[in-house]
Amino acid sequence: MSGKDRLPIFPSRGAQMLMKSRLAGAQKGHGLLKKKADALQMRFRMILGKIIETKTLMGEVMKEAAFSLAEAKFATGDFNQVVLQNVTKAQIKIRSKKDNVAGVNLPVFESYQDGTDTYELAGLARGGQQLAKLKKNYQRAVKLLVELASLQTSFVTLDEVIKITNRRVNAIEHVIIPRIERTLAYIISELDELEREEFYRLKKIQDKKKIAKAKTEAQRLANIEAGKHVDAANMLDEGDEDLLF
Amino acid sequence: MAKVKEAMHRLQENTGAGLDRKGKLLAVIGDEDTCVGFLLGGVGEINKNRQPNFMVVDKNTAVGEIEDTFKRFIKRDDIDIILINQNVAEMIRHVIDSHTQPVPSVLEIPSKDHPYDASKDSILRRARGMFNPEDIH
Repeated sequence: MSGKDRLPIFPSRGAQMLMKSRLAGAQKGHGLLKKKADALQMRFRMILGKIIETKTLMGEVMKEAAFSLAEAKFATGDFNQVVLQNVTKAQIKIRSKKDNVAGVNLPVFESYQDGTDTYELAGLARGGQQLAKLKKNYQRAVKLLVELASLQTSFVTLDEVIKITNRRVNAIEHVIIPRIERTLAYIISELDELEREEFYRLKKIQDKKKIAKAKTEAQRLANIEAGKHVDAANMLDEGDEDLLF
Repeated sequence: MAKVKEAMHRLQENTGAGLDRKGKLLAVIGDEDTCVGFLLGGVGEINKNRQPNFMVVDKNTAVGEIEDTFKRFIKRDDIDIILINQNVAEMIRHVIDSHTQPVPSVLEIPSKDHPYDASKDSILRRARGMFNPEDIH
């Protein structure tokens, strides 16, 4: 990018005012965007911390759930196929809400119970207690995973938005503001040059006038010297006819 | 009082709070035990076209089949969260990495015989640059 990269505008006072207001606007926008990026970044860090925490917790919860599955299998016998074949309607469903952070919509998932348990009668013969425990453990795991999913979704969305915002901030800081500043400098230099030209012109005219005045003065003095007295013109004698109505 | 509450509730549902009124599903891709566990937890559903929202992966399952199922789950608009065993996720890592939309969100979960490895997680790998690696473990 060279120093010649500026907005195509005619250098005038009006254009200078326009550029000045644009520069002020760009600086204001830069500040605001910077603030937005900071707010998003803060939220982002918070979510990241929570994700790592929840992921660790998830490991433990899943281990516990898998262990209770083994327990239930030991008590009831193998029920895998029965469960896999008897799927009908989901009991746990997800609702999504929107959370607004600095103008960014983040989805928040929330699980809720819908309908009755399909496997109500599973483990009726034996191992009912273990199965109940197993169900409870897995429901806890689902709840945690749903929470983790909303964190993760927020993470992805925020990541994207932060990138865009930072790109804008950098564009304003490194492209738009310098360009406006260069344009302003150009306008100012052009205006200065015009002013210098004007000044020089005025000086020149003054000089010319001085020379002419000196000439007439010399002429007058020469006339007096020669004895030709020239009356100064009477101021009251206007030399035009009286107007009568 | 009850009337007011009901009206408030309806208002909330009509405006921002519930953009999609219908509850969404979780999908599960994983080994038999993981699937059975979550199904008992009550996430399983078979829709009108007899399409289940879970997939059991065993050692005979082809990788292409898993890919197809994963892509189908992503396309379905009634699924918001996809749970996938980490060892299965490893097999189709390229497909998971190419899924960049926030919804449905893909969660990698540990399976019974593969403990959770945070360094393989797509999301945590992206977070790696911002956090110290030792914080993740």
